[in-house]
Amino acid sequence: MSEPTTGPGSALRSPTATDAALVDALRAGSEVAFRLVVTRHHSAMVRLAETYLPSRAVAEEVAQETWLAVLEGIGRFEGRSSLKTWIFHILVNRARTRGVREHRTLPFTALPCDDTGNGVSPDRFLDDSHRWAGHWSRPPAPWTDATADSITEDETLAVVGQTVQKLPDRQRQVITLRDIEGLTSQEVCSLLELSEVNQRVLLHRARSQVRAVLEVHLGDHG
Amino acid sequence: MRNLTCQEIVELVTDYLEDDMADERRDLFERHLAICGACQLYLEQVRTTIELTGLLRADDVPPEVMGDLVAALRGWQH
Repeated sequence: MSEPTTGPGSALRSPTATDAALVDALRAGSEVAFRLVVTRHHSAMVRLAETYLPSRAVAEEVAQETWLAVLEGIGRFEGRSSLKTWIFHILVNRARTRGVREHRTLPFTALPCDDTGNGVSPDRFLDDSHRWAGHWSRPPAPWTDATADSITEDETLAVVGQTVQKLPDRQRQVITLRDIEGLTSQEVCSLLELSEVNQRVLLHRARSQVRAVLEVHLGDHG
Repeated sequence: MRNLTCQEIVELVTDYLEDDMADERRDLFERHLAICGACQLYLEQVRTTIELTGLLRADDVPPEVMGDLVAALRGWQH
Protein backbone atom coordinates (compact mmCIF):
# COMPACT_ATOMS: atom_id res chain seq x y z
CA MET A 1 0.00 0.00 0.00
CA SER A 2 2.95 2.37 0.39
CA GLU A 3 2.93 4.62 -2.61
CA PRO A 4 5.77 7.04 -3.17
CA THR A 5 5.01 10.65 -2.34
CA THR A 6 7.66 11.76 -4.77
CA GLY A 7 9.02 10.16 -7.88
CA PRO A 8 7.50 9.36 -11.22
CA GLY A 9 3.95 8.81 -9.93
CA SER A 10 3.60 11.91 -7.79
CA ALA A 11 2.70 14.31 -10.60
CA LEU A 12 -0.23 12.04 -11.46
CA ARG A 13 -1.78 12.50 -8.06
CA SER A 14 -2.01 16.24 -8.33
CA PRO A 15 -5.62 17.32 -8.84
CA THR A 16 -4.53 19.06 -12.01
CA ALA A 17 -2.97 15.94 -13.54
CA THR A 18 -4.24 15.95 -17.09
CA ASP A 19 -6.23 13.15 -18.61
CA ALA A 20 -3.49 12.79 -21.21
CA ALA A 21 -0.88 12.06 -18.55
CA LEU A 22 -3.19 9.60 -16.80
CA VAL A 23 -4.11 7.82 -20.02
CA ASP A 24 -0.45 7.47 -21.01
CA ALA A 25 0.37 6.05 -17.59
CA LEU A 26 -2.57 3.62 -17.68
CA ARG A 27 -1.54 2.42 -21.12
CA ALA A 28 1.94 1.82 -19.77
CA GLY A 29 0.37 -0.28 -17.01
CA SER A 30 1.22 2.14 -14.17
CA GLU A 31 -0.10 0.83 -10.87
CA VAL A 32 0.07 4.32 -9.35
CA ALA A 33 -2.16 5.71 -12.09
CA PHE A 34 -4.55 2.79 -11.84
CA ARG A 35 -4.86 3.08 -8.05
CA LEU A 36 -5.45 6.80 -8.47
CA VAL A 37 -8.36 6.50 -10.92
CA VAL A 38 -9.90 3.63 -8.95
CA THR A 39 -9.69 5.66 -5.72
CA ARG A 40 -11.21 8.68 -7.41
CA HIS A 41 -14.12 7.01 -9.13
CA HIS A 42 -14.89 3.57 -7.77
CA SER A 43 -17.37 4.50 -5.03
CA ALA A 44 -19.29 6.87 -7.33
CA MET A 45 -19.38 4.11 -9.94
CA VAL A 46 -20.84 1.63 -7.47
CA ARG A 47 -23.48 4.16 -6.43
CA LEU A 48 -24.37 4.94 -10.01
CA ALA A 49 -24.53 1.25 -10.94
CA GLU A 50 -26.81 0.68 -7.96
CA THR A 51 -29.50 2.82 -9.58
CA TYR A 52 -29.79 0.21 -12.34
CA LEU A 53 -29.31 -2.92 -10.28
CA PRO A 54 -31.05 -4.92 -7.57
CA SER A 55 -28.29 -4.78 -4.96
CA ARG A 56 -25.08 -3.17 -3.83
CA ALA A 57 -23.29 -6.50 -4.35
CA VAL A 58 -24.21 -6.69 -8.03
CA ALA A 59 -23.35 -3.00 -8.45
CA GLU A 60 -19.92 -3.68 -6.93
CA GLU A 61 -19.44 -6.54 -9.37
CA VAL A 62 -20.38 -4.39 -12.35
CA ALA A 63 -18.01 -1.62 -11.19
CA GLN A 64 -15.16 -4.12 -10.93
CA GLU A 65 -15.93 -5.53 -14.39
CA THR A 66 -15.90 -1.97 -15.66
CA TRP A 67 -12.30 -1.51 -14.47
CA LEU A 68 -11.26 -4.59 -16.41
CA ALA A 69 -13.02 -3.16 -19.47
CA VAL A 70 -11.20 0.13 -18.90
CA LEU A 71 -7.85 -1.67 -18.90
CA GLU A 72 -8.82 -3.59 -22.03
CA GLY A 73 -10.10 -0.49 -23.79
CA ILE A 74 -7.65 2.22 -22.71
CA GLY A 75 -5.57 1.67 -25.87
CA ARG A 76 -8.59 2.72 -27.93
CA PHE A 77 -9.50 5.79 -25.81
CA GLU A 78 -9.42 8.73 -28.20
CA GLY A 79 -9.87 11.59 -25.79
CA ARG A 80 -13.07 12.82 -27.37
CA SER A 81 -14.59 12.94 -23.89
CA SER A 82 -12.88 13.25 -20.53
CA LEU A 83 -11.42 10.04 -19.12
CA LYS A 84 -13.97 10.15 -16.31
CA THR A 85 -16.92 10.44 -18.71
CA TRP A 86 -15.54 7.61 -20.81
CA ILE A 87 -15.25 5.36 -17.74
CA PHE A 88 -18.79 6.25 -16.66
CA HIS A 89 -20.06 5.44 -20.17
CA ILE A 90 -18.64 1.93 -19.94
CA LEU A 91 -20.14 1.55 -16.47
CA VAL A 92 -23.62 2.77 -17.41
CA ASN A 93 -23.77 0.53 -20.49
CA ARG A 94 -22.82 -2.49 -18.44
CA ALA A 95 -25.14 -1.63 -15.55
CA ARG A 96 -28.04 -1.02 -17.90
CA THR A 97 -27.57 -4.36 -19.69
CA ARG A 98 -27.18 -6.21 -16.43
CA GLY A 99 -30.19 -4.39 -14.91
CA VAL A 100 -32.46 -5.50 -17.74
CA ARG A 101 -31.29 -9.06 -17.22
CA GLU A 102 -31.91 -8.90 -13.47
CA HIS A 103 -35.38 -7.33 -13.80
CA ARG A 104 -34.64 -4.67 -11.26
CA THR A 105 -37.65 -3.50 -9.28
CA LEU A 106 -37.63 -0.02 -7.86
CA PRO A 107 -37.91 0.40 -4.11
CA PHE A 108 -40.40 2.84 -2.71
CA THR A 109 -38.80 5.85 -1.10
CA ALA A 110 -40.44 8.60 0.88
CA LEU A 111 -39.09 12.12 1.24
CA PRO A 112 -40.37 15.23 2.99
CA CYS A 113 -40.70 17.09 -0.30
CA ASP A 114 -43.37 15.75 -2.64
CA ASP A 115 -42.29 14.42 -5.99
CA THR A 116 -45.22 15.79 -7.95
CA GLY A 117 -42.90 18.33 -9.53
CA ASN A 118 -43.06 21.05 -6.89
CA GLY A 119 -39.66 22.29 -5.71
CA VAL A 120 -41.41 23.69 -2.64
CA SER A 121 -44.74 22.51 -1.29
CA PRO A 122 -47.65 24.68 -2.58
CA ASP A 123 -48.89 25.27 0.96
CA ARG A 124 -45.86 27.48 1.57
CA PHE A 125 -47.41 30.07 -0.78
CA LEU A 126 -50.55 32.23 -0.66
CA ASP A 127 -53.36 30.64 -2.64
CA ASP A 128 -55.45 32.06 -5.47
CA SER A 129 -57.99 33.62 -3.14
CA HIS A 130 -55.33 36.02 -1.94
CA ARG A 131 -54.37 39.28 -3.55
CA TRP A 132 -50.72 38.23 -3.40
CA ALA A 133 -51.34 34.72 -4.68
CA GLY A 134 -48.12 32.81 -5.36
CA HIS A 135 -46.06 34.80 -2.86
CA TRP A 136 -44.54 33.15 0.19
CA SER A 137 -46.87 32.56 3.13
CA ARG A 138 -44.12 30.67 4.98
CA PRO A 139 -40.86 32.01 3.55
CA PRO A 140 -37.56 30.21 4.06
CA ALA A 141 -35.72 31.06 7.30
CA PRO A 142 -31.94 31.56 7.45
CA TRP A 143 -29.90 28.42 8.07
CA THR A 144 -27.26 27.80 10.65
CA ASP A 145 -23.78 27.53 9.16
CA ALA A 146 -23.40 23.94 7.96
CA THR A 147 -19.62 24.19 7.88
CA ALA A 148 -19.19 26.02 11.21
CA ASP A 149 -17.15 23.15 12.64
CA SER A 150 -16.14 19.70 11.52
CA ILE A 151 -18.83 17.89 13.54
CA THR A 152 -21.62 20.02 12.11
CA GLU A 153 -20.15 19.60 8.64
CA ASP A 154 -19.89 15.81 8.98
CA GLU A 155 -23.48 15.60 10.24
CA THR A 156 -24.76 17.79 7.47
CA LEU A 157 -22.90 15.87 4.80
CA ALA A 158 -24.28 12.62 6.21
CA VAL A 159 -27.78 14.06 5.84
CA VAL A 160 -27.05 15.18 2.28
CA GLY A 161 -25.58 11.78 1.40
CA GLN A 162 -28.57 9.89 2.81
CA THR A 163 -31.00 12.16 0.99
CA VAL A 164 -29.24 11.66 -2.34
CA GLN A 165 -29.36 7.89 -1.77
CA LYS A 166 -33.12 8.05 -1.23
CA LEU A 167 -33.93 10.05 -4.35
CA PRO A 168 -35.72 8.32 -7.22
CA ASP A 169 -33.15 6.63 -9.49
CA ARG A 170 -33.17 9.09 -12.36
CA GLN A 171 -32.79 12.07 -10.01
CA ARG A 172 -30.06 10.28 -8.11
CA GLN A 173 -28.17 9.59 -11.32
CA VAL A 174 -28.35 13.19 -12.45
CA ILE A 175 -27.43 14.87 -9.14
CA THR A 176 -24.59 12.39 -8.57
CA LEU A 177 -23.05 13.07 -11.95
CA ARG A 178 -23.65 16.81 -11.98
CA ASP A 179 -23.16 17.99 -8.41
CA ILE A 180 -20.93 15.29 -6.92
CA GLU A 181 -18.87 14.20 -9.92
CA GLY A 182 -18.93 17.56 -11.65
CA LEU A 183 -19.87 16.43 -15.16
CA THR A 184 -21.40 18.99 -17.52
CA SER A 185 -25.07 18.86 -18.51
CA GLN A 186 -24.07 17.78 -22.04
CA GLU A 187 -22.00 14.92 -20.67
CA VAL A 188 -24.85 13.78 -18.44
CA CYS A 189 -27.42 13.96 -21.26
CA SER A 190 -25.23 11.80 -23.44
CA LEU A 191 -24.38 9.37 -20.66
CA LEU A 192 -27.94 8.86 -19.44
CA GLU A 193 -29.61 9.33 -22.84
CA LEU A 194 -31.67 12.26 -21.60
CA SER A 195 -32.86 15.40 -23.36
CA GLU A 196 -31.54 18.72 -22.05
CA VAL A 197 -34.98 19.54 -20.70
CA ASN A 198 -35.39 16.24 -18.86
CA GLN A 199 -31.91 16.46 -17.43
CA ARG A 200 -32.69 19.90 -16.05
CA VAL A 201 -36.06 18.84 -14.62
CA LEU A 202 -34.44 15.88 -12.84
CA LEU A 203 -31.62 18.06 -11.52
CA HIS A 204 -34.16 20.64 -10.35
CA ARG A 205 -36.24 18.08 -8.46
CA ALA A 206 -33.19 16.45 -6.94
CA ARG A 207 -31.67 19.72 -5.73
CA SER A 208 -35.05 20.95 -4.47
CA GLN A 209 -35.48 17.81 -2.38
CA VAL A 210 -31.99 18.02 -0.91
CA ARG A 211 -32.65 21.68 -0.09
CA ALA A 212 -35.96 20.74 1.58
CA VAL A 213 -34.20 18.21 3.80
CA LEU A 214 -31.43 20.68 4.64
CA GLU A 215 -34.09 23.24 5.53
CA VAL A 216 -35.30 20.88 8.25
CA HIS A 217 -31.74 20.03 9.34
CA LEU A 218 -30.27 23.53 9.33
CA GLY A 219 -33.42 25.53 10.03
CA ASP A 220 -34.02 27.39 13.23
CA HIS A 221 -36.24 25.17 15.34
CA GLY A 222 -36.39 27.61 18.24
CA MET B 1 -45.11 40.23 -19.54
CA ARG B 2 -46.46 40.08 -16.00
CA ASN B 3 -44.22 39.84 -12.99
CA LEU B 4 -43.17 36.46 -11.60
CA THR B 5 -44.48 35.16 -8.29
CA CYS B 6 -42.29 33.61 -5.60
CA GLN B 7 -43.82 30.21 -6.39
CA GLU B 8 -42.69 30.60 -10.01
CA ILE B 9 -39.25 31.79 -8.95
CA VAL B 10 -38.50 28.64 -6.96
CA GLU B 11 -39.31 26.50 -10.01
CA LEU B 12 -37.07 28.62 -12.24
CA VAL B 13 -34.03 28.57 -9.97
CA THR B 14 -32.34 25.69 -11.79
CA ASP B 15 -32.91 27.24 -15.23
CA TYR B 16 -31.40 30.43 -13.83
CA LEU B 17 -28.36 28.72 -12.34
CA GLU B 18 -27.91 26.64 -15.51
CA ASP B 19 -27.96 29.88 -17.46
CA ASP B 20 -30.72 28.54 -19.63
CA MET B 21 -33.28 31.33 -19.76
CA ALA B 22 -34.51 33.73 -22.41
CA ASP B 23 -33.28 37.28 -21.79
CA GLU B 24 -36.74 38.61 -21.08
CA ARG B 25 -37.43 35.96 -18.47
CA ARG B 26 -34.03 36.43 -16.88
CA ASP B 27 -34.83 40.09 -16.61
CA LEU B 28 -38.13 39.34 -14.83
CA PHE B 29 -36.38 36.82 -12.58
CA GLU B 30 -33.71 39.31 -11.56
CA ARG B 31 -36.21 42.10 -11.05
CA HIS B 32 -38.18 39.89 -8.66
CA LEU B 33 -35.02 38.93 -6.78
CA ALA B 34 -33.99 42.55 -6.42
CA ILE B 35 -37.07 43.27 -4.31
CA CYS B 36 -37.75 39.90 -2.63
CA GLY B 37 -35.53 38.97 0.31
CA ALA B 38 -37.23 35.58 0.77
CA CYS B 39 -36.45 34.53 -2.80
CA GLN B 40 -32.89 35.85 -2.49
CA LEU B 41 -32.53 33.63 0.56
CA TYR B 42 -34.07 30.70 -1.30
CA LEU B 43 -31.60 31.09 -4.18
CA GLU B 44 -28.72 31.34 -1.72
CA GLN B 45 -29.91 28.13 -0.02
CA VAL B 46 -30.01 26.30 -3.34
CA ARG B 47 -26.43 27.44 -3.97
CA THR B 48 -25.45 26.21 -0.50
CA THR B 49 -27.19 22.90 -1.25
CA ILE B 50 -25.15 22.48 -4.44
CA GLU B 51 -21.91 23.30 -2.60
CA LEU B 52 -22.65 20.86 0.21
CA THR B 53 -23.56 18.10 -2.25
CA GLY B 54 -20.24 18.76 -3.97
CA LEU B 55 -18.45 18.18 -0.66
CA LEU B 56 -19.63 14.58 -0.39
CA ARG B 57 -16.46 12.57 -0.30
CA ALA B 58 -15.78 9.40 -2.17
CA ASP B 59 -15.87 6.37 0.11
CA ASP B 60 -12.60 4.56 0.51
CA VAL B 61 -12.20 1.63 -1.82
CA PRO B 62 -12.17 -1.52 0.35
CA PRO B 63 -8.59 -2.91 0.41
CA GLU B 64 -9.71 -6.33 -0.83
CA VAL B 65 -11.39 -4.73 -3.85
CA MET B 66 -8.29 -2.64 -4.58
CA GLY B 67 -6.18 -5.76 -4.15
CA ASP B 68 -8.27 -7.72 -6.67
CA LEU B 69 -8.17 -4.87 -9.17
CA VAL B 70 -4.42 -4.38 -8.87
CA ALA B 71 -3.97 -8.14 -9.31
CA ALA B 72 -6.09 -7.88 -12.47
CA LEU B 73 -3.88 -5.04 -13.67
CA ARG B 74 -0.78 -7.17 -13.20
CA GLY B 75 -2.45 -10.07 -15.00
CA TRP B 76 -3.44 -7.78 -17.83
CA GLN B 77 0.15 -6.61 -18.28
CA HIS B 78 1.37 -10.14 -18.98
